[in-house]
Amino acid sequence: MKIGNLLIVAYRSLSRNKLRTFLTMLGIIIGVASVIAMLAIGEGSKQNIQASISSLGTNSVMIMPGSITQGGVHMEAGSQQSLTREDAEAIGSKCDAVKYISPVIQTGAQIIAGSQNWRTMVLGVFPDYFFARNLTIQSGAVFSLLEDKAAAKVCVIGLTVSTNLFGENADPIGQTIRINRIPFKIIGLLDKKGQNTFGQDQDDIIIAPFATVQKRMLSTTNVHMVMASAQTEAQIDEAKEQITQLLRVRHKILNEDDDDFMVRTQSDLSNIFGSISKVLTILLASIASISLLVGGIGIMNIMLVSVTERTREIGIRLAVGAKSRDVLIQFMIESIFISFLGGFVGIAFGILISMMVANFGGWPVSVTIFSIVLSFLFSAVVGLFFGWYPARKAANLNPIDALRYE
Amino acid sequence: MSDLLISVKNICKIYGMGEIEVHALSDVSIDINKGEFIAIMGASGSGKSTFMNIIGCLDRPSKGTFFLDGADVNKLDKNQLAEFRNKKIGFIFQSFNILARTSALENVELPLLYNSSVTNKDRKERAYQALRSVGLGERQYSLPNQLSGGQQQRVAIARALVNEPIVIMADEPTGNLDSRTSYEIMEIFQNLNNKGITIVMVTHEPDIAQFALSNIIFKDGKIIANSPVKDRKFATKELDIIKKQTIVKATA
Ligand SMILES: Nc1ncnc2c1ncn2[C@@H]1O[C@H](COP(=O)(O)OP(=O)(O)O)[C@@H](O)[C@H]1O
Ligand SMILES: [Mg+2]
Repeated sequence: MKIGNLLIVAYRSLSRNKLRTFLTMLGIIIGVASVIAMLAIGEGSKQNIQASISSLGTNSVMIMPGSITQGGVHMEAGSQQSLTREDAEAIGSKCDAVKYISPVIQTGAQIIAGSQNWRTMVLGVFPDYFFARNLTIQSGAVFSLLEDKAAAKVCVIGLTVSTNLFGENADPIGQTIRINRIPFKIIGLLDKKGQNTFGQDQDDIIIAPFATVQKRMLSTTNVHMVMASAQTEAQIDEAKEQITQLLRVRHKILNEDDDDFMVRTQSDLSNIFGSISKVLTILLASIASISLLVGGIGIMNIMLVSVTERTREIGIRLAVGAKSRDVLIQFMIESIFISFLGGFVGIAFGILISMMVANFGGWPVSVTIFSIVLSFLFSAVVGLFFGWYPARKAANLNPIDALRYE
Repeated sequence: MSDLLISVKNICKIYGMGEIEVHALSDVSIDINKGEFIAIMGASGSGKSTFMNIIGCLDRPSKGTFFLDGADVNKLDKNQLAEFRNKKIGFIFQSFNILARTSALENVELPLLYNSSVTNKDRKERAYQALRSVGLGERQYSLPNQLSGGQQQRVAIARALVNEPIVIMADEPTGNLDSRTSYEIMEIFQNLNNKGITIVMVTHEPDIAQFALSNIIFKDGKIIANSPVKDRKFATKELDIIKKQTIVKATA
């Protein structure tokens, strides 16, 4: 028996039952499309989180007050006030693995410029902060250490702030704004950064010298965090160690006691978020696999029903000379065709859905070749696996019994 | 002995269902030569279909030997049986058994699709010629539900003929047809038989049996009579008479 003839036989049988063929295929289409879309969403968020973490700056090390547990009570990071400007300065002068260092304090503030007003966040930092976080200036300049010493009323603003106060494409350099009624001179405009993974607008910010914010706006000696950056990527762990040792000494923490601060490196963060997004991807993929499995069971169900429904047809085929192998191959071709075509259409739909999620939902998505190959193989296996049993059943029918079947 | 086509010796068929055993055939022996046209008669349940299915290679006997065209059929495996059904035997059923939602031409093509020695081009041509030989050349694209019972049976005959079998087995081929259509089928059978094709046909209508060359009678799974037909009827003649009668009726 020529395989070409069996292709003709299978094609005729599928095209005579277009609706049945389509409904069977639908299960696979939905399964494959959801695998593609869900893996794309998972992969997209993963890449996005990684990008956000690296946008924190290369080789960055963050020191936050507080510890994970204090006397058995779980504390939120930053809830304690144990870090000071002097800690930051000490790290800068004593830890040779640290390149940039800056204490960070932040506060919300009402900004007024002429008749416009805007509420945003104001950061107080050292000039090093810009380097540690890879923040670049579009126009104007960054403030200097001298301006920090003098608690000068100067600031660098983000694009969102500029747009809201001065309008689109305006040049804010040299303008004076009132931050909580204190007049500040704008000396720099930051490059656009866009939203981060968590949907925060990173351009809605004002950065001023640390001493200015600390003394003129907050009047506190504590800092919210200290931002550092290691000399090289290889020295990140060394920097973390040096900082920990130094702060333990400065804070007079005894050997057996817990730190009253936390040091987190960029790789700590990417590990945390990496494992979160891995869990997310696995979760999404398993939901999608279940729908693919359901699609496969759909194929088996319809193929089984059609073996029963088509018993007489099989009997006729056997009576005119079909061998059981011919019937087996015909049914296999039918289910493979259904799952392959369903797989192709599903891939197209999956990519379409991913693009729609990206365009209308604003979610980051990334369709990978891996997910396409995976879901295609999966649908092929589903077709073979779930097509086999009904095909065997059809092939093993006895011609006389099949013909007599009512 | 080169004329011997079917040789059946002492075949039995027992349908066993636990305690109850049905002896559908007991000790049936018969030789059928090439070129014969046999009508098998007998009461319902006398084993006619069982016999036909066995000599049509659709079923196997419980006991006994069966030679078809010189081959010991008992020794053939499933695939070889399928090949026999495909190339040597044309089977025609009472209930037509043609594929629904499938054109007449595609139905006739079916046996050729399972015959690897037929090319794609030949297949269509041969199927069309077979349809033409039963007078359905114009209906090749018609679906079964667009055809009358007689036309559907003719599609089935064309399908049986398309692989040029040496024997046609027909189990009550006219059972679902009116007498005039039955005569048309008999006309086709007689023409085929004149060309040398052997025909074995089951019928319970004595007048249909008279178109054959000889009659066999089954009773309780045994052959009780085997005799040549005395006043053989010729379908072409009978149809002429019917036509004249209808013309007379129409003019009256
Ligand atoms: N598949 C079967 N299982 C059990 N008994 C059967 C089967 N097929 C036929 N029979 C029995 O065998 C006998 C002969 O049946 P069959 O050959 O169909 O008779 P006919 O065609 O002469 O009417 C009947 O008694 C029938 O009930
Ligand atoms: Mg019968």
